[in-house]
This record gives sequence, C-alpha cells and structure tokens, in this order.
Amino acid sequence: MKRYFDFYTSMMRVSVLEQWQYPIANYFYMIGMLAEPVIYMVVWSAVAEQQGGSVGGYTPGSLAAYYIVWTLVRQMNIAFTPYGWEWRIRQGRLSMSLLRPMHPLHEDVAFFAGWKVVMIILWIPLALVLSLIFKPDLNPTLLDGVVFFVAIWMAYLIRTITLSLLGMVTFWTTRVSALFELYFAAELILSGRLVPLSLMPDWVQRAAWFFPFRWAFGYPIEVLVGNMSVNDLFIGLGMQFIWVFFGAVFVSQIWKIAIRRFSAVGG
Amino acid sequence: MQGFKLAFNYLRIGIMNEFQYRANLYIQILQTFIALATGLIGLNLVFNQVNELGGWGKADLLAVMGVFTITGGIIRSAIQPNMERLMDEIREGTLDYILTKPADAQLLASVREYRLWQNTDVIIGTIVLIVAMSQLGWRMDFWSSLGFISALVMGAIMVYCFWLVITSTAFWFVRVHEIANLFEGLYAAGRWPVDIYPNWLRYGLTFLVPVAFAVTVPASALTGRLSLQTWLGALALTVVLATITRVIWRFGLRNYSGASA
Repeated sequence: MKRYFDFYTSMMRVSVLEQWQYPIANYFYMIGMLAEPVIYMVVWSAVAEQQGGSVGGYTPGSLAAYYIVWTLVRQMNIAFTPYGWEWRIRQGRLSMSLLRPMHPLHEDVAFFAGWKVVMIILWIPLALVLSLIFKPDLNPTLLDGVVFFVAIWMAYLIRTITLSLLGMVTFWTTRVSALFELYFAAELILSGRLVPLSLMPDWVQRAAWFFPFRWAFGYPIEVLVGNMSVNDLFIGLGMQFIWVFFGAVFVSQIWKIAIRRFSAVGG
Repeated sequence: MQGFKLAFNYLRIGIMNEFQYRANLYIQILQTFIALATGLIGLNLVFNQVNELGGWGKADLLAVMGVFTITGGIIRSAIQPNMERLMDEIREGTLDYILTKPADAQLLASVREYRLWQNTDVIIGTIVLIVAMSQLGWRMDFWSSLGFISALVMGAIMVYCFWLVITSTAFWFVRVHEIANLFEGLYAAGRWPVDIYPNWLRYGLTFLVPVAFAVTVPASALTGRLSLQTWLGALALTVVLATITRVIWRFGLRNYSGASA
C-alpha cells in the first residue's frame, strides 16, 4: 500500500512540475475547450429567452451555471485517450512500461491526476471571467459541494476506465478511429455534454442511466447546479461507485487477455 | 506560374499517396456520418423548442451546417496537415530541408501535404447544402452563387492565414500543438451563424479567428443575406491578412536558427 502511495505522490509531483512549465500551451488547450460550452451556453440561452425565460427548467442564469461547472468537469474528465493507446501500442512504447514493477495503468491515472492540479489552478481565473460575463445562477449547499468534490474524482476514474477499455481494443486492431468517434458521439449525447439531459427526449434520459457517460459528466454538474434531493445525490454516488468498481475489475481481466496479444515493437 | 505547377505536383503526389490507404476512405466516411448525425441531433434539439434562432430558420441553419462541413473538409484536407507538419519541423529543426530548395518557402510549406479522404466532408457538406437549398426553394440567382463561391474561397484563404500566423509562433514558443485543439474548438462556433453570439464573441469570431468569414458569410450569400458592403469587407480583410501573414512568416524565419540533428 505504501508503495502505491509513494508512487502516486511522486508521479503526480512530476506531472505537476512538467505541466507547470507550459502554462501558455495549457491555456491554449483550455481556451480551445472553452469554446464548446460557450457556444452551447449562448445557443441555449437564446432558445430560453425566445421561449419566455426558460427551457427544460433552465433559465439563462442556470444554463450559465451548468456550462461553467461543465468546464471544470471537462478538465476533470481528461484522461489518456484511445488515440494515445493506439500510438503507444504502434510505437512499441508499452514495452518500457511493462518492464516496470507496477501496472502501467497506474502511471496513467497518477500522471493525469497530477496534471489536473495544474489545470484546476489555471482554470480558476477563466471561470471567474466566464462568471463575470455570463452571471451564473449557482447556490450549492455545503453537502452539494462535498458530494461534488467526490463525484468529480469518481468521474475522472470512470472516464479513465472506459477510455482504457476502448484503448485496449488497439491490441487487436490499430484502425479504430471510427469506433472511437462513435464512442465520443454517444458520449456527447448521453452524458449531458451537449445539453443538460433534461432537454433531451425522455427515452434518451432513461437510456442515459445505463451508460457510464452520464455518471462521468452530467451527474457531477447537476450535483452543483440542479437542486438534487439528498437521496438522488447518494444514488448518483452509488452509481459512480458501481461503475468504478466493476469497471476496474473488467479492465484488469481484459488487460490479462490483451497483453498476451502484444508483441513489442522496438522501444 | 512555377508555383502553380509545384502545388499541382504536390497535390498529385498527395493523392497518389492516399490511394495506398484506401481502407482509410471507409473510416473517413463513417466519421463524416457520425459528425453529421451529431450535428443534426443538435439542430433538431433546438428546433424542438423554437422555430427560428436569431432570425435563421431551420433550412437556413441547415445551409450553415453544410458550409461548415464543406469548409471543415477543406481545412482538414489541405490546410491543417501542412501546418501540423510545419510545426513539427520548426520544433525539430528540420525546416532546413525546405529552406534550401529553390522555391518560395511559404509556398512549399503550404502545399506539401494533402489528405484526399478528408474530402468526404466536402461531398457530404455539399449534399447537406443541396438539401437545405431545396428546402429554401432554390431562391438563388447568379450573383448569390458567385457571392457564395467567392466568399468560400476568401474564407479558406483567411483560415489558412490564421493557421500560418499561429504556426509561425512556433518559431518563438516551443509547444504549439495545442493550437490545433484551440482552432478546432473555435471553429466549432461556426456551426451556428455568428449573429446569435454576444458582440464580443462575434467580433472575436470575425476578426481574431475568421470563423464568421469562413462559414457565416458564404451561408449568408446563399440565403440572400449578404450585402455588397460585407463582401467588400471580406475582400479587404483577405488582402490585409495575407499581407500580415507574409510579414510574420518572414520575420519568424529570421528567428529560426535551424541546424537540425
């Protein structure tokens, strides 16, 4: 246990130091990401105003709150992409990680967790600017805040797990970008990233329950923005826990089969 | 003249190169359809709630989406691959190879890569546009068609200039790959006409990142919204941007110390 703790703290520290060297690059990355929610926010605020002040239970103010919290959750959602897996396997990079005495996935989880510390610090001024411009309507309780803090890290784990599963497909075939795109499209629609799920047709909302996307994205946002009942807050945490637990078991099983397929290419 | 010949030859090589990887075509078609489907879903969600957005009806917005897809295809087939290669070469110091050739370096750097299969976006975008125009009852005449094509070309030139200016910053900053991400994010704003954005954002999307000129202006031409004034403005901006880009590129080159490996 101590071994893991030491590994995680040092890996995260390395990651923080590494990313802190490139604030401009990180800002470019973040501003590129900000465009997406700002577009959604503007479009849906326009719709809300045309509808006489609200759409799907969201006013322009609460839409602003939704999409500003969105930006933070989006930062928390960044994990090693399936495209990265493809690159890693094609280039033979994995051979090096396999030589180390720790499961290579820990490296990903720790590295990206460290990066998030930098991202959150850089995110704060952007969030302040967005708040000044769009005037979000946000009044979370203390409990909401605590649940949110847990939920965003669980969301990070869920997304890491699902992306790793998807990435591991590249052990079998390296031409999978269409599959990845399909996954990202499903995520866009079922997670609450495109619009709050309450704006979606009923059947989409029901379907979203059974996929990981909502628990890795829409749920943490709604915790802070959506006036959820205490009951719903904890049901959500429970769903997240289930996804993390079974996802982790699943990843480790698939990994065992997948790694047998891997034949190293250089290093 | 020699420049044209050069560009044409590179284009030919690029196409021949792509024909080696025909399976990529199917993957690209699938990706184009996925992108189209998500775009249509977004559009439908909005029109489930309202009948028009900022004065643009559903068919008008479909036309915007068609132009968005076409321009996106042009960018990803001809502009972005060249710029990404350029970024790598500046960082790695291998830009020397084109600087030593007896042709204009900017031209060479801009025509070396061509991704043929990305043009599925251009084809699908055109189909979307045709559907939109038939829904609009083909209310277009000679002038609006000419306006559309010229606006599309000017938009593409402006986007090219924007990319080259940003890529040139690699002469000073090392890690600029995130810019591809930045551009893609901002370009996504073109999915909707810029008129619906608040003023500060509209100006940003018009003059900082020429998304408005690349998508909204050509779409305006098709839907009868383009004024002569805007068209002249686009022309002037294209010339100004091209000149500025040239200056920045040359300035950047002077900053490049090269000396590869």
